[in-house]
Amino acid sequence: MSIDLKTIKHISKLSRISVDEKRAEKLADDLNSIFEFIEKLNELKTDDVKPLTSIAETTLKFRSDEIKSKNIREQIIKNSPEDSEDYFVVPKVIE
Amino acid sequence: MSDITKQSLTELVENIKDKKLSSTDVTKAFIQRSEKSSELNAYITDDFTLALDKAKKFDQKPNLDLKLPGIPMAVKDLFCTKNVKTTAGSKILNNFVPTYESTVTENIWNEGAILLGKLNCDEFAMGSSNETSHFGNVQNPIDKNLVPGGSSGGSASAVAGQLTPITIGTDTGGSIRQPASFTGIVGLKPTYGSCSRYGIVAFASSLDQAGPMGQNVKDCALLQEVISTYDPKDSTSVNFKRNHYSKELTKNIKGKKIGIPKEYRVDGMPKEIEDLWQKGIQYVKDCGAETIDISLPHTSYALPTYYIVAPAEASSNLARYDGVKYGYRAKGENLIDMYEKTRSEGFGAEVQRRIMIGTYVLSSGYYDAYYLKAQKVRKLIKNDFDEAYKKVDAILTPSTPSSAFKIGEKTNDPVSMYLNDIFTVPVNLAGLPGISIPAGHDTKGYPLGLQIIGKAFDEQNILNIAFAMEEKINFKNKITDWWIK
Repeated sequence: MSIDLKTIKHISKLSRISVDEKRAEKLADDLNSIFEFIEKLNELKTDDVKPLTSIAETTLKFRSDEIKSKNIREQIIKNSPEDSEDYFVVPKVIE
Repeated sequence: MSDITKQSLTELVENIKDKKLSSTDVTKAFIQRSEKSSELNAYITDDFTLALDKAKKFDQKPNLDLKLPGIPMAVKDLFCTKNVKTTAGSKILNNFVPTYESTVTENIWNEGAILLGKLNCDEFAMGSSNETSHFGNVQNPIDKNLVPGGSSGGSASAVAGQLTPITIGTDTGGSIRQPASFTGIVGLKPTYGSCSRYGIVAFASSLDQAGPMGQNVKDCALLQEVISTYDPKDSTSVNFKRNHYSKELTKNIKGKKIGIPKEYRVDGMPKEIEDLWQKGIQYVKDCGAETIDISLPHTSYALPTYYIVAPAEASSNLARYDGVKYGYRAKGENLIDMYEKTRSEGFGAEVQRRIMIGTYVLSSGYYDAYYLKAQKVRKLIKNDFDEAYKKVDAILTPSTPSSAFKIGEKTNDPVSMYLNDIFTVPVNLAGLPGISIPAGHDTKGYPLGLQIIGKAFDEQNILNIAFAMEEKINFKNKITDWWIK
């Protein structure tokens, strides 16, 4: 299997990371060498193996739905790159 | 006392309790040494002024019943610290100030310790040499231009260089044990579920664990006792009966059965690593334990499994960095363009690589071939350990396949960098505890570590074995202070 530039473009779109042509080629090389290494798993027959989905094997616990942090709006907003009147600002979405 | 920074955590705690030293004395000493150690680049953010204020305040009304009374401590910059910048070694978080405290660090401050600062690490803990940090690589106190290992490279460098009495790191595939081995210190990766992940910048959630890194086993046992608590805020935190690890620490390991897995004898492993392992086997025998040859047949599949599972989880965890609510933002023509440029400029090369691997293995049409396959092999790896633990109480292996390497030596070849974690990764995949202890030097005089792997939640047992071996090994770290002007 080989990852071509078209696939890199596709993954870059899915991951929301813009990649220019020059970097795309380097990434394709890197990913191909990593996947070559990963292909080793195909040596194993795993049809009858149940996948490991949780390492701790605990059941999820419920907790009461209580507000623990109060009046932190200002602190939270302070971390945003752009804000206005207690809202996060993003580039215009609707024309 | 002029050599305060040479003292172990245990000694410092005793001296403060006996009123031979004040928290101010100790804090000042570590601040002064840290200030002279900028060449190591171990810190990303220091909090020295506030630390000294806190130490003075502690001394005015010292509570000597606490486990870490007035002890200054720097921590890996992956732990969210309230009102103190937390970057995870990334440009994308270079101005992020958390509004909350991680459970693990909160436990530490509740026992009287004082934050010295935040320590350098690989970006989002992705790396084995601390070279992926946006804030530059970290120097190993052992030698100039030598990597300290990673991802907890700043933590390892700070402990070995005596800039902090002890620290905490995180370990997803070896990020505590490998740097501990490269710098001649002790590092414990606890059982998955032992320490809360709440407030730790997430990398791969089914593998990440926080753990202590210190000068000796007893120091690590003490810190483990403090940080390991059940936490309802982490849904994978396990409510089990935790030991008083430092109090219950014993060198009596007579009759313990220690497994020696033949699959860890990998091709191309330097002879000095094999020799070290043989020495380790002799040490445990000298302590009265018995060694048994065992097999962990799927060992060679652990790294390929890890490089599917960890990037898959990372690609999902790192989706939150979008330049909207916090962190770095690039200008874009529209919302999507802003996301794409923010993430392209904000993440470094290794993080982008892993997000892309993860996105690919989870994408439509490839999920079964990669992710599901990896989860199945992960089960086989865990089964190997379950089978082995029917016969043995713990497993002894080398910590790493080599000693520390030079800065820049492996940065162009991701796969050769990944091979560093060949002995540590299986432990994370199986959710087990593992400890690395310094056990010798290679021909260049660089430290080498041995790893003891335990049964789940059996930290006490591997700490005991490490404690017994530590006395026999009598390791002396060769620190020349070359970086101090």
